[in-house]
Amino acid sequence: MKPEEIRVCVLRIEGTNCEDEMADAFRMAGAQAEKVHLKQLTGETFPEMKRNLEDYDILALPGGFAAGDYVRAGAIFAARIKSALGRDVKKFVEDGKPVLGVCNGFQVLVELGLLPALDGTMSPVPTAALYTNDSGRFECRPTVVRNDNGGRCIFTSSVERGKLMMIPSAHAEGRLMSRDLDFIRKLEENDQVVFRYVRDDGGKAEYPWNPNGSESDIAGICNPAGNVMGMMPHPERVVTRFTHPDWTRNCPGGEGDGLQIFRSVVDRLG
Amino acid sequence: MAVIDIRIDLKKGVADPEGNNTKKTLESLGFKGVTDVKAVKVFEISLDMPAGEAKKCGEDMCVKLLANPVIHNFSVTVR
Repeated sequence: MKPEEIRVCVLRIEGTNCEDEMADAFRMAGAQAEKVHLKQLTGETFPEMKRNLEDYDILALPGGFAAGDYVRAGAIFAARIKSALGRDVKKFVEDGKPVLGVCNGFQVLVELGLLPALDGTMSPVPTAALYTNDSGRFECRPTVVRNDNGGRCIFTSSVERGKLMMIPSAHAEGRLMSRDLDFIRKLEENDQVVFRYVRDDGGKAEYPWNPNGSESDIAGICNPAGNVMGMMPHPERVVTRFTHPDWTRNCPGGEGDGLQIFRSVVDRLG
Repeated sequence: MAVIDIRIDLKKGVADPEGNNTKKTLESLGFKGVTDVKAVKVFEISLDMPAGEAKKCGEDMCVKLLANPVIHNFSVTVR
């Protein structure tokens, strides 16, 4: 498949607010991206606006405050996807098609049971939570993440292992938690850890470099198959050097760090 | 017709930044003897069904939407 033939569905409902940047990031990586409202997939719209999930090659869940973050961050968007499209999304993932969730999108993937999905594709109830930041506040600042994935995750397939990337975070609920005491070990065994927060010099992150208190400094994870990834920081906000916080001094090449994530998946499919 | 109260609270051991912040603020306002503050969420739901079924229905709502079993406990009370 040529990159320009890859169709990306950037799924939105009321309250998502990063769909424009997300679609642009995929376009900059060479793919076609379309912003699609959930109702266009469920058929609750005019005939000419209806879309089928299976016609797309990548599904992206953007950041924002879907449905006002009522009940819990991501819970309502996840419940609406599950009730109307649960089977289609599960098939999409089982077919090996990539699914990306950023920030609120990551929260949706966890609430959907698509992440961490330690046993199978989609757990019937959430097996992890993205819980309120340790600080109790909305944390919004540049963060540095390290690619800790051993090669399973499709979204970092062309990012060197150990590479540091400066990608901004902006969330109030980003602390990855589970009741499973062996959670981190299992993630590591399955090569499901994708990004960890680190200090700007690569050292172990403490607050504020780890903005939320996430266990083992985890910023992003993938499913055991490597085709579903969720991350709290926003790669779509740093696709050009001009939105990099240190761009005048320290961003050679004209590209922002975030673009590599979109390029990785588009190049792999292409 | 039944009205149920669904109470969602945090599991033991899960930090409660909202409760802690509220406690700190209450203390700063001069309230003495505040030993603990817990933030809980309550949904009041009216259902067109007998009370016997309403409890079961409320519990199902918690599993499917209102609670995340990783961090929350829930209880359903029929009024």
